[in-house]
Amino acid sequence: MAPSKDDEILGKAYDSKLMKRLLGYVKPYKHYVIIAILLNIVVAALGPVRPYLTKIAIDDYIARSNYDGLMYITLLLLGSLFFQAIIQYFLTYFTQLMGQKIIYDLRVKLFKHVQRLALKYFDKTPLGRIVTRTTNDVESLNELFSSGIVMVFSDIFIILWILIFMFSLSWDLSLVTLSVLPILIYATFLFRRKVRESYRDVRFHLARLNSFMQERIGGMSIMQLFSKEKDELKSFGSINADHKKANVDSIYYYAVFFPVVEILSAVAVALIVWYGGGEVVQSSMTIGVLFAFIQYTEMFFRPIRDLSEKYNIMQTAMASSERIFKLLDNDTFIKNNENGVVPEDIKGEIEFKDVSFAHNSNDYVLKNISFKINPGETVAIVGATGAGKTSIINILTRFYDIQKGSILVDGVDIRDMDKRDLRQFISIVLQDVFLFSGTIKSNISLDSEEISEEQVIEAAKTVGAFGFIDRLPAKFDEVVKEKGSTLSVGQKQLISFARALAYNPQILILDEATSSVDTETELLIQKAIEKLLVGRTSIVIAHRLSTIQNADKILVMHKGEVREIGTHQELLAQKGIYYRLYQLQYKDQEITKTA
Amino acid sequence: MDKLSSLTKYFKRYKGKLGLGILFILISDVAQVYIPLLLKDSIEIIQNNGDYSKLFDYALLMTGAALLAGLFRFLIRMTIIVVSREIEYDLRYDFWAHLQRLPMRFYQNNTTGNLMAHATNDISAVRMYVGPAVMYSIDTLTKFVITISIMMVLSWELTVYTLIPLPFLSYIVYKLSTKIHEKFTLIQEKFSDLTTLAQENFAGIRVIKSYVREDNEINKFINMNKEYLERNMDKVKIQALFMPILFLISGISIIVVVWAGGTMVIDGSLTLGDMSAFIIYLGMLIWPMIAFGWVANIIQQASASMKRLGKIWREKQEIEDGKLTHHAINMVSGGIKFNNVSYKYAENLPYALKNINIEIKPGETAAFIGHTGSGKTTLLNLIPRFFDINEGEILIDGRNIHEIPLKVLRRSVGMVPQETFLFSDTIRNNILYGTVNSSEEKMLEAARISLLNNDVDQFNKGYDTILGERGITLSGGQKQRTCLARAIAIDPSILILDDSFSAVDTNTEEAILENLRGYMKNRTSIIVSHRISTVKNADKIYVLKDGSIAEQGRHDELVASEGIYAELHYKQLLEEELKELN
Repeated sequence: MAPSKDDEILGKAYDSKLMKRLLGYVKPYKHYVIIAILLNIVVAALGPVRPYLTKIAIDDYIARSNYDGLMYITLLLLGSLFFQAIIQYFLTYFTQLMGQKIIYDLRVKLFKHVQRLALKYFDKTPLGRIVTRTTNDVESLNELFSSGIVMVFSDIFIILWILIFMFSLSWDLSLVTLSVLPILIYATFLFRRKVRESYRDVRFHLARLNSFMQERIGGMSIMQLFSKEKDELKSFGSINADHKKANVDSIYYYAVFFPVVEILSAVAVALIVWYGGGEVVQSSMTIGVLFAFIQYTEMFFRPIRDLSEKYNIMQTAMASSERIFKLLDNDTFIKNNENGVVPEDIKGEIEFKDVSFAHNSNDYVLKNISFKINPGETVAIVGATGAGKTSIINILTRFYDIQKGSILVDGVDIRDMDKRDLRQFISIVLQDVFLFSGTIKSNISLDSEEISEEQVIEAAKTVGAFGFIDRLPAKFDEVVKEKGSTLSVGQKQLISFARALAYNPQILILDEATSSVDTETELLIQKAIEKLLVGRTSIVIAHRLSTIQNADKILVMHKGEVREIGTHQELLAQKGIYYRLYQLQYKDQEITKTA
Repeated sequence: MDKLSSLTKYFKRYKGKLGLGILFILISDVAQVYIPLLLKDSIEIIQNNGDYSKLFDYALLMTGAALLAGLFRFLIRMTIIVVSREIEYDLRYDFWAHLQRLPMRFYQNNTTGNLMAHATNDISAVRMYVGPAVMYSIDTLTKFVITISIMMVLSWELTVYTLIPLPFLSYIVYKLSTKIHEKFTLIQEKFSDLTTLAQENFAGIRVIKSYVREDNEINKFINMNKEYLERNMDKVKIQALFMPILFLISGISIIVVVWAGGTMVIDGSLTLGDMSAFIIYLGMLIWPMIAFGWVANIIQQASASMKRLGKIWREKQEIEDGKLTHHAINMVSGGIKFNNVSYKYAENLPYALKNINIEIKPGETAAFIGHTGSGKTTLLNLIPRFFDINEGEILIDGRNIHEIPLKVLRRSVGMVPQETFLFSDTIRNNILYGTVNSSEEKMLEAARISLLNNDVDQFNKGYDTILGERGITLSGGQKQRTCLARAIAIDPSILILDDSFSAVDTNTEEAILENLRGYMKNRTSIIVSHRISTVKNADKIYVLKDGSIAEQGRHDELVASEGIYAELHYKQLLEEELKELN
């Protein structure tokens, strides 16, 4: 749970470059902003106008016993109230809508960007971090866009309107009232700063508490095994106490601030009574004015508090946007050749010419690999763990680009093709079957519109998956739960075979799973593989004897090189690496077969 | 602990502070309510051209009352809200102490995320009830009673008019905040769907790229985002009502006073001062009435959280000392015997172990070998009583395992589990984790035996190097060796190694085993491994298959018998050979 270094960028409160870039996302909605600002000017006046109207009611009508006038003012007051409520409602609605739309745009843009990033990026970056960027980080910009940008104007307008009304009523009383304002502003900003600091403190201790609990829950068996309950409870107690203390400290600031505000507004009222009271006698100051001023003092506080809050919003937004833009600026792509050829269709001939490949410079996992596969042939790749088998399939699909040599498909260098065109011709079945949440059907078709329901069923039938799917309560519409936890390993494999087959590729890459399945499923899988390989160029990282025996040729990989090529019988006769591998990995299967 | 009423015992602990807090509320409210009365008098003086010199006194009094009210407001938060943090602390502490005692079975059935949610969110929800909810309900009640009484004295008629809208205010706040909470839950659900989708996409990026499904995934993401936006706007539709309705109702109340009160002033049945006081009092009542509705919502959420917490409070400890325990036993010498032991994880699951009979004498080394899922780890977990068996009996030093006090038993077992688990702490503290009287020598000795010392010496901070998220990451082999050192450091009479060298290379493993040989002379050791080289020197080797013992004997005997063990042996020889090949 502890945040990584990257997540800890606290950010400046304001960074004009970032802000400019953020405002770029507001641009498509600038008409929203303009309307919102105009509405704000109107709505901001409606609150402050009421004390002014009340003043008229008191001085002009109540004091002069004018019933009709009082009624008229009452209706005006009601009118302004309803008008304000309605405008306020729509204003909130539209600014929120704008904020939501902007973060929607940003989130989609980010997701599209991530979809294009090369596997290299995913290898290096913890999954959780990418997820956080697209979800939480974007979310924390919501406040900036929905209330931050527009509502700053609202607060300023409200303050302006209050000042206009106050000064139009009485210059000197305004100045008397405003004399507490600097203290109020100072207190508010001081409070915000203190609260922010203590909030950071609280968050720090909360994170500590959470990561302590998370870690101990994960290590509960170790804790119990070593009989550490007492000590651990003591540590928990002290972390829990730190957390409490941080919270209690923050209570102090609230406990001081709220009363200070109340006292300040009471002082302002006292000042008005004392000064204004004298004024009333001496000049034209009225009770209505006095009354209006008392109400204005209370009105002042909210916009000032809101303004100080905007500072926080800004700071959070700056930190998040910095992280988001960093991801958007990442350009780990597999580049497409712009002058590349677009093949209509391919026959499926594959040739590796002196291919060398390293994940990190000079640390070659494949060295000078050369081989050729004719259209329709099946090639089995065998080798010990770490021999480089998986790298061969990774570079053929351009998940990674090679450093030396070339890979040709139908005689064309794959770097001269659009990588997506290339992949259209290839289906890959990985060792660990990855199922998405959705239905069985959507997991076979991957929601492709070009694959009809009939084709899905046909593919399932061909690989022998139809039997168990048909027995499921909702058949092909059965929902796949938690990455297929309700399905057996064998069933998941059959589904992934059906997926590959439904796409009817010219080239099939199969990384056979090593996990053991029961004999019945094993037979099903063997049959399915035979069907899969028919009529297309196939490369299989083989773990099954039957697959190897059926292959047109076998590539024996050892320490990043192709060491032996031939058929099963030829290679056995050589008594080299293959011979030993055979003894180690495949011979058993022969025994169980005959048994 | 199902109901909020079960919090009484916590409230009782702080009854002094809480009592004071309530007293402070009373004082503060009285002082606060006094201010409008002063204002009323001031206005009357002005209106009737009274004694203007008094205005200065009133202004001073107002300030004084405000200071008094403010001081006690401060004290209220410093008592009641502080108590809520105290109770939060106690509650979380008790909850944690309870969690620590729960058996492994519980942790297999509950995810960490779930338990974390209880320990943080649910306890926070209860805290909101204990603090703010209590504070605001008492405050509202007091203010209400005092204010209304004064208002009634000033004019009962006007009081009735102005009070009519206020209950609606509470009711609407309650309704709206409940609704908003509902909508918020819906948003959170969508947000978690969105997170899941992103997570799944990034995890399955290989499949997506190879089947060229990026555009489809983007569309899925866009659609889900649209739904998320819609749900957010559903909430906004209601939330945007909140403020307008609040000031609409409260505004209407005030306008009623201006109109009805104004009329009465014209009639002469009310003074302008009374009317002003009325308006100020109304202003004073509005916030508590809003808080009241809000409090009702907090209480609702707190009781839901309490219910969830209660479910965990009711979980049984299960594995603990009982009637059979001989508390006089304070050590274990290390004899282990299983008599016809069978075990299954749950009633509806097949046996994980069937009719196991083994006997290991103190000081012997026993090894278990077998495929994944053959029951090795289950068998080991029975020795420190992570689980209690269903059938048969386990004897330690010839006594039923239940006779040994749990703490004595576990202190005698040094176990290195299959999955390495180290704490985000220094290497030193990790090694000394289980030790009672820890010493530097003990730690260095344990590190030496586990061949960890050379690795640690490479680190700048040596044994004070911090591990984990905020520190350095050890390699798999280093982690395993640290776990081994931790087990050795407690000086156990039984050492259990559950496939503890899987990430350590063969040569290092040989060297560690050599070190252990001397160390284990008078201790019982149990080793589980996939590697023949690790187990071949054991006094007894058991081959497990599907929860039963398929073969047993010494290395030579087992190789000669040409069974599962012999097959494994042969294969590993080949593997070695292949690795050597250039």
